[in-house]
Amino acid sequence: MWVYEKKLQYPVKVSSCNPQLAKFLVEQYGGADGELAAALRYLNQRYTIPDKVVGLLNDIGTEEFAHLEMIAAMIYKLTKDATPDQLKQAGLADHYVNHGEALFYSNAAEVPFTATYIQAKGDPIADLYEDIAAEEKARATYQWIIDMSDDVDLNDSLRFLREREIVHSQRFREAVEILKEERDRKKVF
Amino acid sequence: MPKTLPKEYYSMLEEIQAIDFAITELNLYLDTHPEDQDAYKQLTELSEEKKKLLKPFEQKFGSIRADGIDDHWTWSKAPWPWQV
Repeated sequence: MWVYEKKLQYPVKVSSCNPQLAKFLVEQYGGADGELAAALRYLNQRYTIPDKVVGLLNDIGTEEFAHLEMIAAMIYKLTKDATPDQLKQAGLADHYVNHGEALFYSNAAEVPFTATYIQAKGDPIADLYEDIAAEEKARATYQWIIDMSDDVDLNDSLRFLREREIVHSQRFREAVEILKEERDRKKVF
Repeated sequence: MPKTLPKEYYSMLEEIQAIDFAITELNLYLDTHPEDQDAYKQLTELSEEKKKLLKPFEQKFGSIRADGIDDHWTWSKAPWPWQV
């Protein structure tokens, strides 16, 4: 089960209404390397990964939902005061006619989220290498969004999320080493 | 959505967020280094510290968790995290 805490993992402030930036951020909401994909990928892999690394997948998967909520807060804050005309200017007309002001799980180009973004191979090393790659791709995406953004407040929160991708990647690399060590030990005895 | 929140709301919340961040970091570290007693000790100390920060915040601004201790039901009332 999960317990909700009524706070964001890290503060989210935005300098001004900016639907264009919101459109970019949607990539990390429902895109291939986004936070939803990350959370679903890790939590689903838990069931067939060796016990030694279940905790890590469980806890990183849980943290990804906190990141998903931060991204949602960013998108919400960047668009809540926008007029339909401003949304149109930002390339969000197609989104608006389908979803109004609601958020939707798609990538920046409006392609809806799909489970085909994530894999569960049932092979611990294959799964963990996918997880490491996912973190590195998400880190790169955050960097590209920061490069496109001139919102100082928003960039502070984005830098926090970018750093989390690095930490997660490093933890997953350690998990690979733990499993290799265990495998080698089994060969000896 | 509520009226403007006092500065205190943000500063007290940020203290809780900071301590929670340290707890999350230790949690993930311990997932891959379960034998590290020093890290575990730090985690338990910070968890105690967190309780001390939660109490005054929740008394002023309402429960952070649905099972939070309060004198009346504040949980489902605004503001929600994306509204502040």
